Amino acid sequence: MDVIKIKGTEDTPSVTLDAASNAFEVAGRSLPEDVASFYSPILGWLDSYIQNPNPKTIFNFKLVYFNTASSKLILDILMKLEELEKNGKEVLVKWHYSEDDEDMKEAGEEYADIVDLPFEQISYA
Amino acid sequence: MNTGEKRDNVSFLEFVYDFYKSMKRHEISLVYEGEITHQITKAFTSLTESNMAKEEESNMVQKKVFHVMVECLQNISKHADDYGTNDYIFSGRGIFLVAKGKDEYSVTTGNTVENTKIAELKRLLEQVNSLDKDELTELYKKQIKEGRLSDKGGAGLGFIDIKRKTGRNLDYHFLPINEEASFFLLTSTISRNN
Repeated sequence: MDVIKIKGTEDTPSVTLDAASNAFEVAGRSLPEDVASFYSPILGWLDSYIQNPNPKTIFNFKLVYFNTASSKLILDILMKLEELEKNGKEVLVKWHYSEDDEDMKEAGEEYADIVDLPFEQISYA
Repeated sequence: MNTGEKRDNVSFLEFVYDFYKSMKRHEISLVYEGEITHQITKAFTSLTESNMAKEEESNMVQKKVFHVMVECLQNISKHADDYGTNDYIFSGRGIFLVAKGKDEYSVTTGNTVENTKIAELKRLLEQVNSLDKDELTELYKKQIKEGRLSDKGGAGLGFIDIKRKTGRNLDYHFLPINEEASFFLLTSTISRNN
């Protein structure tokens, strides 16, 4: 399967989607000019991954900032992972947040409420 | 150069000085009039960020100001109506202003909206202002689940997010321009003492 590796910029996150090395991560800042077109290849990749997934998928979110338009697309990613879990595969979402960022911590808790997936909250200094 | 032109020049420069004094009086640190593009959004947020970092504003406050600025700027870029292009003052542009006081930051936007959209805007703003923290969280979850991304890339979450991040009501005002359009002003306040 293809590997998606996008370098982060000041307004777009870094993205790694690599089934062979079992690495799945979205990190940094997300306020792209056009959210739909930025996230569309990522969602498309997940659609193909669901067809032929690893037995266990650990998806890392290490976001420092995302705008409300991106928040909708992040939910779309989580819903793909939910689908994967419904197909009987093991999924774990690791939600990383800076220890002084209460809002990012809450955002993780809210996503955990909305989707039916195991979430692990991880704070970093 | 005739004397008339000279006098106009002087009065313009005096206006600039008055304008400067007025900005100082209102503690305005950034003001912009014009089209709000993604480049402008990036420039303003990074400028304000570096200013706040220099002034050793807490991370929490910096993040909140950043959040509110992005949502407000995106509101204008997505929603300012390009109404009445023959009247250059109101042709699809907006004003954006950041003020820094002793206890708080405020972010104000102004843009033209068609009168037919006012009722819905008011309804949204009143709804957001009437809700407490938990109710807002519920509304946010409902909207993010059920809402769809608009053609312009809005998620319908901007006002909700601003109130949640600031914990303050959104102040707004509609000033009539004519029968078809009004000028929509919106102010968000971020406390500096969290």
